[in-house]
Amino acid sequence: MSTRKIEILVGLFVAIAVGAFLILALKVANTGFAGSGDTYTLYAEFENIGGLKARSPIKVGGVVVGRVAAIELDKNYYTPRVRLEISRQYDNFPETSSVVILTSGLLGEQYLGIQPGFIDETVHILKDGDMIEDTRSAMVLEELIGQFLFNRD
Amino acid sequence: MVLKQLQRMGAATIHTIAGLGRAGLMLLGAIIGKPSFRKGAPLLLKQLYVVGVLSLLIIVVSGLFIGMVLALQGYTVLVKFGAEQMLGPLVALSLLRELGPVVTALLFAGRAGSALTAEIGLMKATEQLSSMEMMAVDPLRRIIAPRFWAGVISMPLLAIIFTAVGILGGHLVGVDWLGVDAGGYWSAMQANVDLYQDVFNGIIKSIVFAFIVMWIALHKGFDAIPTSEGISRATTETVVTASLAVLAFDFILTALMFGG
Repeated sequence: MSTRKIEILVGLFVAIAVGAFLILALKVANTGFAGSGDTYTLYAEFENIGGLKARSPIKVGGVVVGRVAAIELDKNYYTPRVRLEISRQYDNFPETSSVVILTSGLLGEQYLGIQPGFIDETVHILKDGDMIEDTRSAMVLEELIGQFLFNRD
Repeated sequence: MVLKQLQRMGAATIHTIAGLGRAGLMLLGAIIGKPSFRKGAPLLLKQLYVVGVLSLLIIVVSGLFIGMVLALQGYTVLVKFGAEQMLGPLVALSLLRELGPVVTALLFAGRAGSALTAEIGLMKATEQLSSMEMMAVDPLRRIIAPRFWAGVISMPLLAIIFTAVGILGGHLVGVDWLGVDAGGYWSAMQANVDLYQDVFNGIIKSIVFAFIVMWIALHKGFDAIPTSEGISRATTETVVTASLAVLAFDFILTALMFGG
């Protein structure tokens, strides 16, 4: 076989591989919030984070606006502290906004929902490094069942 | 009696370590040194064709079927829990993280590794390697190096193709045949697959496997006893050892990447 033909076939092979990689990168993986991108950081403290994990999505009205960057325990009060990374595109949440840990479906994975609050002259817009005060903890199914069992009589 | 046993154990240990040493020296001799692209490129290209392009068909066909089987098996289990939406992540994650790199490496060891061992073993048996040395051509640089690099380059590419074809095969069975929603298949996949965690780690795995498979195949051929029986044994050993090494390293890499 001539060198030219081999070269063409090897080129074709590499091209197919690059195409396959592009499929994997663009169609299969979530490139949207995979990298660092252009994000800013907010903090929120909860009583109980339930099954929330790092890289869980943050949604506003069902639209993913960011991801949970890290979860650590506050050493003084032993409350979980969640670091939120939110896209720069959505950088005008007022400080009256609240964060809730929600579950997609009854047994699905947990995510953070932000409910934007009202804005007037005295309300500031949340900036990089700010803390969201108004939080609601995760619904833990076992606790609910426990309450239901003990309240029955 | 005890002494004899001890002697046998010692001999086996020395034999193993000497083999490892020869393999290491072979690899060092082949890949270390001033690269000369003018001389090396045509050789590498030829080997890329033999090792990569000719393996394409078996990779594509087995990728397609493995993706289809995964979708079919996954569907029958997931549908019991009403979770057929998770078919996409199931197929994509198992292919990206495990089956893509591992099955490609196993097929590659059988398809290309055994052929390389036989080729080099026969070169040794017919004293082509010695005559090259007579002509002051280093057989490590001329024969081993292009084959090694061709394998290391083409195996990750083959694994990527395998995975992509497998996911499309899963789509074929899951969406077109079993009726999972197409949008759900892709969107649940995108929500659960991470470019760095899953795609890149799979590629890293594949590169490591390529190193292992090519090293074993070339060393077994280079070290073969130059008789027809020796070559046949070397070829068998290549497939067996490379497959076992790939599976063992897969466990280690998985524990390192996804265990913590």
